[in-house]
Amino acid sequence: MTASSQEIISLSNERICLAGLLIVALGFFTWKADLGIAKSLLISSLRMVIQLFLVGLILVYIFEIDHPLPVILIALVMLLVAGKEVSSRQKYKIKGFWSYGIGTSSMFVSSFAVSVFGLIAIIKAENWWDPRYAIPVLGMLLGNTMTAVSLSIDRFTTNVWNDRDTIEARLIIGETANDAIKDIVKDSLRSGLMPVINSMAIAGVVSLPGMMTGQILAGNSPDDAVRYQVVIWLLIAVGCGFGSMIAVKMVSKKLFDERERLRLDQLTVK
Amino acid sequence: MRFLDWNPMSFNVNSGECMGLSGRSGTGKTLLLRAIADLDQSQGIVLINEKKREEFSGPVWRKKVGYLPAESRWWYPKVSQHFSSIEDCELEDFGFLDMTIFDSEVSRLSSGEKQRLALARLLSGSPEVLLLDEPTANLDNLTASLVETLIKNYCKNQDAAAIWITHDQSQLERVSQNQLVMKNKSLIEL
Repeated sequence: MTASSQEIISLSNERICLAGLLIVALGFFTWKADLGIAKSLLISSLRMVIQLFLVGLILVYIFEIDHPLPVILIALVMLLVAGKEVSSRQKYKIKGFWSYGIGTSSMFVSSFAVSVFGLIAIIKAENWWDPRYAIPVLGMLLGNTMTAVSLSIDRFTTNVWNDRDTIEARLIIGETANDAIKDIVKDSLRSGLMPVINSMAIAGVVSLPGMMTGQILAGNSPDDAVRYQVVIWLLIAVGCGFGSMIAVKMVSKKLFDERERLRLDQLTVK
Repeated sequence: MRFLDWNPMSFNVNSGECMGLSGRSGTGKTLLLRAIADLDQSQGIVLINEKKREEFSGPVWRKKVGYLPAESRWWYPKVSQHFSSIEDCELEDFGFLDMTIFDSEVSRLSSGEKQRLALARLLSGSPEVLLLDEPTANLDNLTASLVETLIKNYCKNQDAAAIWITHDQSQLERVSQNQLVMKNKSLIEL
């Protein structure tokens, strides 16, 4: 098959299966080596294939309807699933609804606000909700923010649990709760933001980011692809930063009461 | 005051005096001190000089009631990083020959040095009440005696009240004017 410079080469099912064969080979070797990851590797691969084909079908439908409601609906579904994912990745969870609510609300405030700002003020499509722009932008922001938020919360709750004696020793000498956990907060935010900081630092040198690669493959000029990628990375960094800060602040509020006592009884261990 | 499912308890410690607190391990002596220090939730009234605990924020209250556990905690590598003002600490009173101990790494200190420094850190905040949870449990006799003297002098000079947990009956007699015993979820005055 040949293609002009503006047309993307279509990938047939057989070619996709060829990539799948590599995963099967990897799964086989990890199974033989008894690494214990073969099953999750295969399940994740299958999940990825099914989810992406389904979302492809949904996107075709949404593009045809050309109305904001389906875009908002799919955005909400993405947010709720991301919130569930954040909650399930925690070793020490806040009890009750807030285990789910903190991740979801921090991502809502950060990813949604930053996405809408990017769509209205920077990309300036005719309709800000234009699914061709809104869904990929929100998807990239949510995916990265979800990782940052879950890493930050997990590091924060794990460190608070492990360092509870030290935190109380600091409270004992009259430090406020914020002072007693400030080193843990710093460490948690660093842990959450390090992936995005590292990715930005090596972008274009070691790796070509996915969105840029996709646009170049689709036949767009590298200059346009770079401009979109720069904006997206900056939005992702802002979303991850604010999302992690809001999430850690909300968790710390739950772990200290109005007398600034450490309340580890608010945590459950997975 | 009242905490957990224990019987209500009421006691008073006069300024400048030390109340000894004893009882078998696991009877809840530490929990009582933690409740007074407002580290754990409790019900009832806790007062310092007629002022209720609720009149102060948690951090301000905990600064007023200095709590010293048997094993001190340190969170920065150097000793000096744990003190807001080095000038205010009369380290000679705590058995240190000079101020060079401030530049030391915490990990290189002996348990006796750590406990004396923890006491210096606590007293530098000028607490009105001292809650002492076996403060000499891990110390040799000489250092334990020094810590006893430091605390007694502080209470006398600053008119501070102290509650002192120990299993050492002779120490109780040396340091305290009154004694309480914890037994069967109750507090008994001797």
